[in-house]
Amino acid sequence: MTQTPLLEVRNLSVSFNTEEGVVEAVAGLDLEIAAGEVLAIVGESGSGKSATALTLMGLWRDPNVRISGSARFEGADLVTAGDDELRRIRGERLAMIFQDPMSSLNPVHRVGDQIVEQIRAHREIAAAEARRRAVELLGAVGIPDAATRADSYPHEFSGGMRQRAMIAMALSLEPSLLIADEPTTALDVTIQAQIVDLLRELNRSRGLSIVLITHDIGLVAEIADRVAVMYAGRVVEQGALDEVFYDPQHPYTWGLLGSLTRIDRPRPKRLPQIPGAPPSLLAPPTGCHFRPRCPHEFGRCLETPALESRQSKAPGHLDRCWLRVEEKRRRRQTEREIALDATGEAS
Amino acid sequence: MQSPMLRFVARRLASMALVLFAVSLLVFLIFNVLPGGDPAVRMAGKVPTETQVEAIREEWGFDEPLYVQYATTMRKLLTGDMVSYFTQLNVTEEILKGAPRTFALAIGAAIVWMAFAIALGLFSAVRAGALSDRLLTALALIGISMPVFWLGILLSHYLGSEAGIFPHGGYVEFLDSPTQWFWHLVLPWFTLAILFIGVYSRILRSNVIETMGEDYVRTARAKGLSERQVLLRHVLRNSLIPIITLWGLDFGAVIGGAAILTELVFSLQGVGQYAADAIGQFDLPAVIGVTMYGAFFIVVFNALVDIAYAALDPRIRLEGKPRT
Repeated sequence: MTQTPLLEVRNLSVSFNTEEGVVEAVAGLDLEIAAGEVLAIVGESGSGKSATALTLMGLWRDPNVRISGSARFEGADLVTAGDDELRRIRGERLAMIFQDPMSSLNPVHRVGDQIVEQIRAHREIAAAEARRRAVELLGAVGIPDAATRADSYPHEFSGGMRQRAMIAMALSLEPSLLIADEPTTALDVTIQAQIVDLLRELNRSRGLSIVLITHDIGLVAEIADRVAVMYAGRVVEQGALDEVFYDPQHPYTWGLLGSLTRIDRPRPKRLPQIPGAPPSLLAPPTGCHFRPRCPHEFGRCLETPALESRQSKAPGHLDRCWLRVEEKRRRRQTEREIALDATGEAS
Repeated sequence: MQSPMLRFVARRLASMALVLFAVSLLVFLIFNVLPGGDPAVRMAGKVPTETQVEAIREEWGFDEPLYVQYATTMRKLLTGDMVSYFTQLNVTEEILKGAPRTFALAIGAAIVWMAFAIALGLFSAVRAGALSDRLLTALALIGISMPVFWLGILLSHYLGSEAGIFPHGGYVEFLDSPTQWFWHLVLPWFTLAILFIGVYSRILRSNVIETMGEDYVRTARAKGLSERQVLLRHVLRNSLIPIITLWGLDFGAVIGGAAILTELVFSLQGVGQYAADAIGQFDLPAVIGVTMYGAFFIVVFNALVDIAYAALDPRIRLEGKPRT
């Protein structure tokens, strides 16, 4: 990547105080996203995905939260930017949609007004003009009869329509980057597909960059250009979609991909799962965070592996695992064969 | 199609009439079963003869069956002909004389307590946990705990008689002198408002803190609104809904005579004071009169609160059925 990335996160750490102690939610995170790219951040609950998103949006600034590192975005640093500078970036250049569209819209204001409010917070334009724009946006995200529906209240919208309205709102000032935090998790499966289609369409037609935060691997496969897998506050693997999906380098990623059911493969009796639970971030394990759950652990895992490329052929494919690449491929193959032996077909 | 508003009003009016009827019946019955409630004996003087008492009974209709007496009382109440047993003054006229004073007290106090409660509650919530918040919490508790008559007497004595800043009680008609009217009401307004400020600011504080954790407030911040816009348009707007409800109900109660103590301390001669006198004298017509007056306003404000609630929160409808 020769051009400067749109967003470049370097060594981002986020920790916050709780009654039990300091929780390190994000530890030394490095990410970058190019213009027009869809980057998926994948991980289970508590892996630090949402903390990363909220930190980038500056929505996690609190005396209890300590943030370090940098996040360069269009000439500003989202970590050190003043509240006022951040406010101007937020909603204008950098927008976010949330997991639960049911509660993310204010129930007492009309949907159209909530979009108008955002437009007028950043641009000095007349109310009528802003409203025309809001209606246009609602139409663009696929809300039928947008002029009328702009006057509806959120409770008069279905879940899918609310998420569409959230997307319309996020797009209202044509941001260059959209952070979508589990945008489909709270929706019905059919609606999920529609929202994914909409996001993909926006990415293609408007060149909108998207950071998609999700635990839904299927969703990632559909839309992402690149994938970052997070585990216990760290990115453990990062690379192009195909690299990560077809040649996963980190045992955690194998596990994550192995826990998918696939219609093109024999159906296992039991869905494979990663044994154990993610570590407490109050006292994360030394070295590799995945070590306690990893069947391939060996002595060196007590040192923290850096996130770097370990294969000359794929310089953009980074991971945090000490195992040698050939060794990983061999073990992955063995694991898959064991899993296949346990399928219904084999018995 | 009938408008839902009309149907609501019609239904509310019907239930209002029912409530008022029930209240009047209850008051009437309670008075007639209370020991020492026989008005004829009390009206006849200190050492009445049997004939005197009988004569009064006949003259005032106390010998009639209860339901006839009730009907007569109600008819007089509705036509405004009810007369006090003891002062012989017309009850309706007396209430109407006191009502503007009570209204002036209630409206002013309600504005004062709401304004202070919003300011203090919001400030407290934004500074939750800080020293200023704790200080306000302590002050609110003191405000809630102070007896109205004690506070009223204190204010009236120190700021009124001693310092001479405010007049020492009494009421001046607005039309006679608006400034004097205002000056005479400042202390009563604050005296009555202090308790409400304490309660309301506490409730608002917790509402605001709760609302600040809502997802839509996070959305508002993500939109790039200024903190002030977030606070006023999203946090306060939504936090005020339950407070407005309470406000309407308390306002109705204060209009209805719940400010007796404040009226007494500052000699405002309002409806509350009239009610207190009526009860002290066992004066049935006056008691029924003020009770019905009070009940009327409480019921009316209940209905207004429901309407306001529906206007403030679009999810709520005046009709019981869910929106389609």
